Amino acid sequence: MVKALDRKLLRDLWRLKGQAASIAFVIASGIALLVMSLSTHEALRVTAEAYYDRYRFGHVFATVKRTPLHLEDRIKALDGVQSVQLRISMQAILDLNDFAEPLMGRLISIPEGQQPVLNQLVLRSGRLVEPGRPDEVVINESFAKAHGLTPGDTIDAIINDTKRELQIVGTAMSPEFIYVLSPFALLPDKKRYGILWMGRKALEAAYDYDGAFNDLSLTVLRGTDTRQTVQALDTLLAPYGSIGAIDRKDHLSNWFVQNELKQHQTTARILPTIFLLVAAFLTNTVLTRLITTERSDIGLMKAFGYSNVQVGWHYAKLVMAITALGIVLGWGLGAVLGRVSIETYTETLNFPLLIYRPGPSAFVMGAIVSLSVGLLATARAVRGAARLPPVVAMRPPAPPMFRRKAEESSRLATWLDEPTRIIFRQIARWPRRAAVTVLGFAGAIAMMVLSLQFIDALNEMARSHFSELQREDLALGFSDPKSSIILNEIERLPGIMSTEPMRIVSADLVFEHRTHRGTVQGIAKDAQLTRIFDVWRGPLPVPAGGITLTARLAEKLRVGIGDDLSVQVLEGRRPTITIPVAEIYDSYIGMIAYMELGTLNRLLGDRPVTQYVNALIDESRRAELLTELKNLPAVSTVALKSVAIKHFHDTVAALMMIFIGFFSAFSFALGFGVTYNAQRIALSERGRELATLRVLGFSRGDALYILLGETMLLVAMALPVGCLLGWGLTALFVNASGFQTELMRFPLAIQPATYGLSVVVMLAASAVSGIAMKRRVDHLDLVAVLKTRE
Amino acid sequence: MTEPQPTTDSPHATLRAEGLTKSYQTGEVEVIALRDVALDLYAGEMIVLLGPSGSGKSTLLNILGGLDTPTTGHVYFNEREITASDEATLTRYRRDYVGFVFQFYNLIASLTARENVALVTEIAQNPLDPVDALNMVGLGERTNHFPAQLSGGEQQRVAIARAIAKQPAILLCDEPTGALDSQTGIVVLEAIEAVNRDLGTTTAIITHNTVTAGMADRVIYLGDGRITHIERNAERQPARSLAW
Repeated sequence: MVKALDRKLLRDLWRLKGQAASIAFVIASGIALLVMSLSTHEALRVTAEAYYDRYRFGHVFATVKRTPLHLEDRIKALDGVQSVQLRISMQAILDLNDFAEPLMGRLISIPEGQQPVLNQLVLRSGRLVEPGRPDEVVINESFAKAHGLTPGDTIDAIINDTKRELQIVGTAMSPEFIYVLSPFALLPDKKRYGILWMGRKALEAAYDYDGAFNDLSLTVLRGTDTRQTVQALDTLLAPYGSIGAIDRKDHLSNWFVQNELKQHQTTARILPTIFLLVAAFLTNTVLTRLITTERSDIGLMKAFGYSNVQVGWHYAKLVMAITALGIVLGWGLGAVLGRVSIETYTETLNFPLLIYRPGPSAFVMGAIVSLSVGLLATARAVRGAARLPPVVAMRPPAPPMFRRKAEESSRLATWLDEPTRIIFRQIARWPRRAAVTVLGFAGAIAMMVLSLQFIDALNEMARSHFSELQREDLALGFSDPKSSIILNEIERLPGIMSTEPMRIVSADLVFEHRTHRGTVQGIAKDAQLTRIFDVWRGPLPVPAGGITLTARLAEKLRVGIGDDLSVQVLEGRRPTITIPVAEIYDSYIGMIAYMELGTLNRLLGDRPVTQYVNALIDESRRAELLTELKNLPAVSTVALKSVAIKHFHDTVAALMMIFIGFFSAFSFALGFGVTYNAQRIALSERGRELATLRVLGFSRGDALYILLGETMLLVAMALPVGCLLGWGLTALFVNASGFQTELMRFPLAIQPATYGLSVVVMLAASAVSGIAMKRRVDHLDLVAVLKTRE
Repeated sequence: MTEPQPTTDSPHATLRAEGLTKSYQTGEVEVIALRDVALDLYAGEMIVLLGPSGSGKSTLLNILGGLDTPTTGHVYFNEREITASDEATLTRYRRDYVGFVFQFYNLIASLTARENVALVTEIAQNPLDPVDALNMVGLGERTNHFPAQLSGGEQQRVAIARAIAKQPAILLCDEPTGALDSQTGIVVLEAIEAVNRDLGTTTAIITHNTVTAGMADRVIYLGDGRITHIERNAERQPARSLAW
């Protein structure tokens, strides 16, 4: 048997269904975002951990020059080392007949006929390579799928200057290559970068690496401090050309995975907060209004002997019912979105398994937070209802007190017609409520700006990267530095119009006690293709005798212009150079140090050498050039800018559209929720007045003008506030962890069109609400409303 | 629609109702509020509609005022039928020719007394000055007060000023003293009387207070949706002399 009071609760809910639903949607959006972000975070973390664990992903990695295998014993003897894997790993050019451009690939040795000790393969089809078959390879699944390759197919590769036809015997995934990023690429390109696992014997023979290795990974015993292992390895490997060992956390693929995790944490922290706060404000307004209209009911309940607690509990239950509706909706929506999100990840990233078992924590946390926020926000209204003395409650509330404000004395006031005056007085009478509406709507616009600006940011990054920093059409890389004479050879290739040399050396940059392990890029004095480009000041000259650092790098080292920076080179003769900081510049790309190539070569004690060649090409001879490049020995990397740009936009568009779609829908719900509630409250408060106006001879349009005019005015006020808030929210986001990293800085580059579109979409949201209101105003019961006292 | 031509010496039906019936469907029950009502309201005349609750007084007034439409029957305003009009025409009819006074005043809380009157004068064709209208009901001193700063009687007098400021052809008052004590009620009735006298506005007052009947030219009694009988007062009593 439902108690009478609960029956009233249900009927109240039904009567308020429009408003209750719109609030529930706002809450649901917040919960859904929270659940989606947290459950994606959780799923991604658990999946990655399980994957790493099961397929024995290394803890520490190092690259060296050709090093004898007998060093293994000394590595194993290092403190805490558990297993060691020594491999041959080479960059190579691949050639697929049906593909015009040369592709890049990495050849990695595995023991024939068995799984490697660490970084094991997840065989997806076919088998591993067998002993005595030097041409067999296992290729990574995403590359295979992108080209429709299956076991039995062949692929050509230039291995140590010789073109060889390799037999694909299997496809696989590996915990090392969840994120498969080719050198210099901004994003993974599964079509243009492949991983090829070859038998160790075959690679030994091809590269003359008998009894040697150049790539190392190891795992440590539980409780071992990997920082010490890295240090010990650096000392041990220094004579072998190590460019420095890295911890798992700095492993490129894992770094990207961890970064995704951080981004989800940031999202989970910031976005749901906005929704839940707005929902709390809305619940408060609706409840306050409901209590006002139910004063006599409250008086009656008290007169019958209901206690303050019972009355308070009754209204608290209403808040909880609306919130609960939002929570349940949000849970469902969040679980679905979480699954979509994690499925998007398994498609873009390479996970062989997917563990999506969202734990209760995200759901419980969402519920607790929104319930407490809801109850807290309405506590005053509920307490007010509970404490209302019955005698007072039975009397109708006094008409709201209006005052003539400064507005009256201004000249503007004399121009206002009475309906407009009503609008202004309403806002002036309840300024806090007006402010909440303005802020709520501004929040929706800000959300919209935030979600749309991701495209601006990525476009800005692409623009800056491709048209300001890297202006070459083609970048070629060699496995070792080559004499600068190679430039002449490259220029003789068909379609090459001009070339520029570039060298990148690994180094520790040290200032006082602070160290950054990275690279120094040497570029020509008059370089035009690779430029030092400050996002504010434009292109800067290549420093004659010093080193130029990005601002992020200078900040990390806390070094200023004129300070002497110590550069401990990790290649070749491994010299340590002291060089003054010539310039510091602001860039989206994280931490780069530039030097003039001649100076770099001289300080390293090398003759004029280059390791990369940037070139401008004649597009009309592109096909011819590509064919030549496929057969060019010594080249280990080929990157075509036009391809990279197209790929960048395709990938970004595909990836972002889903999330932008979600966020836009949520923002729309928020904007609609705020306007709809403001208008419903206004209608409930002023239904009588509007009906009176209609009776007095005002048209439906006039009545609608007064009703919607107030919210429209507030919406108009919210537009600039929302754009400003959007800017601030974006700034908060891009400076939060996960968006501001050592590799790149997310630019704050919101385009005017983004503000424009956000405003248009949110105006549409309020228009939808306005249309709903119009129907109500059209059906105002003029007779009934006049016969009853409010 | 033609302009109303109020004349006091040659009676002319400003409003004419024929065969009005009105039925409502409330749930499964059909409620018949009016049954075949015919009535003429003459220019400058003051009538009082008397009857118990549910007798159909308000329904009749609402139909005459263009707030509601009859199920069958016709209403003519200055010989033009209004019952066949669309929503927009009814709105114009109310705006240009009808003044309403309600039991609960229905003032706009956010507007002062003068502004409440101005609300109507701004859209009327031949309005009085809002302050003059307020002077007519004796509120010339309180033009800048908000409803919350006025007593019930004062609020009702503002409502009357608002109704008459457009110089309507017809003034319809639904229980204008229903929410007031007798002393205040008489002040309000005096205001209505003054309007009828000074502006020659055809006036209809709904009430179930029989005392009010004394101030009318004609008293129309309603019961169970029908006009039961009509009395003509030989002489109108001044509102000041009424007491209840």
